[in-house]
Order: sequence, then structure tokens, then C-alpha cells
Amino acid sequence: MKIHEYQAKEILKKYGVAVPEGKIARTPEEAEAIARELGTSVVVVKAQIHAGGRGKAGGVKLAKSPEEARDIAANMLGSKLVTHQTGPEGKEVRQVLVEQGLDIAKEYYLGIVLDRSRSQLVIMASTEGGVEIEKVAAETPEKIIKEWIDPLTGLRPAQARKIAFALGLSGATFKNAVKFLQALYEAYVQTDASLAEINPLVETTDGHVLALDAKINFDDNALFRHPDYAELRDLNEEEPLEVEASKYNLNYIKLDGNVGCMVNGAGLAMATMDIIKLAGGEPANFLDVGGGASAETVENGFRIILSDPNVKAVLINIFGGIVRCDRVARGVIEAAKNVDIHVPLVVRLEGTNAEEAARLLDESGLELQVANSLEDAAQKVVASLA
Amino acid sequence: MSVLADKNTRLLVQGITGGEGSFHTRQMMEYGTRVVAGVTPGKGGQTFDNKVPIFNTVEEAVRETGANASVIFVPPPFAADAIMEAADAGVSLIVTITEGIPTRDMITVKAFLDKKETRMIGPNCPGIISPGQCKIGIMPGFIHREGRVGVISRSGTLTYEAVKQLSDLGIGQSTCIGIGGDPVIGTTFTDALKLFNEDPDTDAVVLIGEIGGTAEQEAASYIKSEFKKAVVAFIAGQTAPPGRRMGHAGAIISGGEGTAAEKMAALKDAGAHVCESPAVIGRTMQKALGLA
Repeated sequence: MKIHEYQAKEILKKYGVAVPEGKIARTPEEAEAIARELGTSVVVVKAQIHAGGRGKAGGVKLAKSPEEARDIAANMLGSKLVTHQTGPEGKEVRQVLVEQGLDIAKEYYLGIVLDRSRSQLVIMASTEGGVEIEKVAAETPEKIIKEWIDPLTGLRPAQARKIAFALGLSGATFKNAVKFLQALYEAYVQTDASLAEINPLVETTDGHVLALDAKINFDDNALFRHPDYAELRDLNEEEPLEVEASKYNLNYIKLDGNVGCMVNGAGLAMATMDIIKLAGGEPANFLDVGGGASAETVENGFRIILSDPNVKAVLINIFGGIVRCDRVARGVIEAAKNVDIHVPLVVRLEGTNAEEAARLLDESGLELQVANSLEDAAQKVVASLA
Repeated sequence: MSVLADKNTRLLVQGITGGEGSFHTRQMMEYGTRVVAGVTPGKGGQTFDNKVPIFNTVEEAVRETGANASVIFVPPPFAADAIMEAADAGVSLIVTITEGIPTRDMITVKAFLDKKETRMIGPNCPGIISPGQCKIGIMPGFIHREGRVGVISRSGTLTYEAVKQLSDLGIGQSTCIGIGGDPVIGTTFTDALKLFNEDPDTDAVVLIGEIGGTAEQEAASYIKSEFKKAVVAFIAGQTAPPGRRMGHAGAIISGGEGTAAEKMAALKDAGAHVCESPAVIGRTMQKALGLA
């Protein structure tokens, strides 16, 4: 789960992580009032969207007066910000974060992420602040400091000191950085984060260490422990069809192609997308209807897939293991009565009672093609586009 | 003709009285698995289907029945604790079916298991099956047949697809291992390959990976340096967009890492027969074995 920068900073602050003073504004007037309240000679106005690369795209601007902050906010709010992560259509800016300006002496990178190979969290730090860590990793990997965390001890103070020394810090700045690291690790663990990235982490001329930017993602599997996160979700940042699908507990991801697909199981769903592409089509979506594939799920799946105007054909691929194919076939037939399926439909049911299922589909009077293998299914659905 | 599980496996089921647990316990028993005990805290003393004694703790179940493997159907909030309880009781093989365990919990479990002699499969997996001998998990037994090809996969239904292709061509399986779709798992591709490398009854292996992480690349480097048998591989998610989680918690291309292309290249370089299409896994194995 993704959240906005301002939400991440509010959470980090609760754990004692130093962040700049600031507040969220939804109107130019609010931005002006916040700038006045902050009272610093310079304030920063930052567009809040769930995508990186905002600075380069003009989504982060300095204002030298509250009036200027108002004007900047007026330009940003309601506009579409296009960054390298938003796609060409961009994202609409609905709120801006207004923060105190800081006298920055130096910028660093700091991140916490899961190292899947070691099954441990790893803290990554670098003197290359403000640069994407992937770029640093590719070009100057020796500049990345890594410290792996034993979950049975947590981040040890000696490890935090090691990182701060390796960044070349000393004196008050060193102490503040060690404190920052420990607080950030604590926040990561307690909030069940799946990513924490402070880029840049800044050192001010008077020795403070703060998170100038903050990106936090949460582990979806841990949301049951954090019911309060529900209010952090911003539906405006999500694909409307995906929001709709999530209401039916369907795992749907919209893509750009024209062949819709409905599959049980995530691996098979990805493999189905792949074989559609190999057969010369383009998958319009990822959709895992789960193990059951009941009439209701199939019906909801149809509704979601067919709401995408790019979809010109639909492929259903179900491997019935425990779930019987004849039941899935009845589900498809039932669903087809309630939804207007205005595009060619290819159905491939494999596994338990597959022959019975094929017979049911053949006799249903529905306009569909039954496929007898994965390959056959992909070829038939792509051929139906012509 | 198998690794990890065979006719002598004495299985206990954690969460035997739950919906999933009870359904699949019956299925496993029908397949011929020796289910010797169940554990549901608070239901000790009862009997499941008049056949399987239920205990309050894993320790008791192991002491009373000699169970040496456990399958876990416990819901996500309690699953990590259930795994560690089984490991603590000395169970040598744990198969965790549960989907949706928080990563933080699994990091702790993994560190805990490092200090034990226990092997864990999963979580978020279909389990393992040694056809004709023992099924520990939720896969449909009937698509399998006895034979000499090992299967290792991060997926569920895609594994069934591959297994059916093999069986339809007359190629049986020694053991099929679903290692799970989560970012933190007990047994990795490389761990499972090591087992098959040492198994005299396995001639070749099907490896089914997917986007996310670098476990397939690590497996490729092991295949290149030490694995003695033929490998047929398929990687799901060649068309998956970066930054999106494709169903499985671990199936995500992040920071440009974990693409299907890089995994396929690594496996090809290691000498594996890499299939572009999921439809040709069986036929590719047929050729690799010199059967076609």
C-alpha cells in the first residue's frame, strides 16, 4: 500500500524521526496561511501524488513569501503533473505540502528495504543524496553502504554508528544521524512497512538531520494489524477499475492491451498474459479470480474486464483442481445471462470434469469458443480479434 | 522415488478443524497420506472424522503419535506462531499453506528456523506431493503420476498446468515442491535443487519461476556450477509491468530488478532449457529427456 509524502512524514514524526515543519493545503488560501504560520523566509510547496520524480517535473517549488506560496499552490492544484513514473497522462494534484525552508549543507540517501535473498531487512545509505538509488547501484555501487539487520536484535546502536561514520558525519550531526536511523528503523518495524526511503536525507548548516522527502509503503499482508491505515488510502491515486475490482475481492490490474483475461491463480494468470502476447495479442489485464471461480466471481470479473473499452476479446482460463470445471462452466453460463458480453469469448477449462464442462458450454447456446489447451486458447482468442 | 515426503511420512495438521484444514485433510487422507494427528488449541481430546486424534499442542501431538511432518492451515495472524511451535516440537518438515502472512512475521520465523533442524516449505504455496506416496498440501492429486522428474515452483495452478502437461506425455514426477509466492520463504529454488541433485530417483527438474526477487538467478548460478541433471524452466510475467504486485506478494519488479527477461537469460546461460511459452513445458521436458 502506498501513501503520500505528507502522511509518511506525519507517521515518522510520531516515532521521533526528524522531519521539516509543514502542513497539507487543499486550496491556495490554505497554502498561504500555512506559509505565514511557518514564518520562515522561504517555504517549499510540494505537490502530493503517489509518484516519484516530482522535483524535475515542476512539482516542488520554493516560495519567498506567503503570497508567492499561494500563487504556486494555485498553479499546482488541479493541474496534471507528468513525471517519469506517472505515464504520459500524468496525475492530478489535489493537495500540496507546504514546508519550512531549510539551510541545507549536504544531502544523503537513506533507505530500508527487505533483502529477499537473505530474508533480512537491509539499511542502505549513500552520500549521493537526491539521486535514485538504482542509478547509484548501477554506476557507483561502492558508494552504497549496506547494513543487514538481525531480527532478533533489531538495529544495534553500533550498526547505526557505523553507517553514520561511513557517511562521513561527526559531532552533533553524527549524533543526530544515529538518532534518526534508530527512529526510522523503529518506525519501519512498528508500522509493518515494506519500503522506507528518505531521499534526500539532509544535514542543515546548524547540524540537524531531517527527512526532506519521505516515501513509505506498507506490507499489504499486515494491514489487518493496522485498521487505521484505511483512512490513509487515496482512491484518486488508483486506477478506477482496480478500485471497483477490489470491492469484489478480485485481484485485477489494468494493462494497455485488447485481450481481457480471467484466470484462477496468480502464476497461471501471468502465464496466460504471456501466451496471449506470444500468440500475437496484447493482454488487457491481469485478473486472478482465486480458487473458487464461482458464478458470482466470474460475473464480477466479466463486468470489470468489459468496462475497459479497449477490450476486444476475452479469454477465460481456469485450471480446476479442487474446484470442478463443470461448476465453473455453470458459473460462466449463469454469469453470461446477466452480463452483456459484446466481444468474442474463448473458454478453456482444464482439470477435474473438464469434458463435462466443455459439453455444458457447447450446449449452452452461448456464443463462445471452447479451447482444449492453453496454446489453442491463446490462438483462438487472438484470431477472434481479426 | 522422492524427496522430502514418502510413504513413511507421518503427518500432523495444524488448523485441522478449520474450513480449509478439514477439507484438505480429508483430501490428503483419500490420497493415501498417513495423517496421524491434528492440532487445534482448545480442542485437544477430540477426534477428527473419528479417525485422527486432535491435540492442544504440537509437542503433545509429536510425543503421542510420532508425527515427523506438519502442514499448516492456520490463519495469517497466528501462522508464524504455529510454524515456530512446530519447529520447537522437533518436527523436521513444515509445509505452510497459509497465504497472507506479514513479512515482518516471516523474517522472525526465518531467523528462528535457522537455529533449528527443521525445513520449511512455503508459505503461500500448494504444498508438496510425491505421487503415489504422499500428498502434503492442496494440489489435485489425480493430475500427477509416479515418475522421475522433479518439479519446483513459486505458483499453484501454473504448477498444475505444467504437471498435467508432463503426465499427459507419460512423464511422471518424483516430487513436486511448491515453494510459495511470498518474498520470504523457507525453502528456495536452490535448496530444492540441491535435494533433487542428490536424489538417485530424479532424472531432471522443471523449474517454474516468476517475476520479483533474484531467487531464479541464484538457482541459475547453482545449476551452472553444480547441478548434474537437465532443467526445463519457465518464468511467468514476461508481460508484467514494473512496480505492480501481480497477485503473489513476491511477484513484483522493483527498482528494475526481478524481470522475467533477466531470469530467463540467467537460466539459459546456466544451460537450462528455457520455455518462452507455458504451453510447451511438457514437450520441452520430453525433448530434454530424449523421449521425443
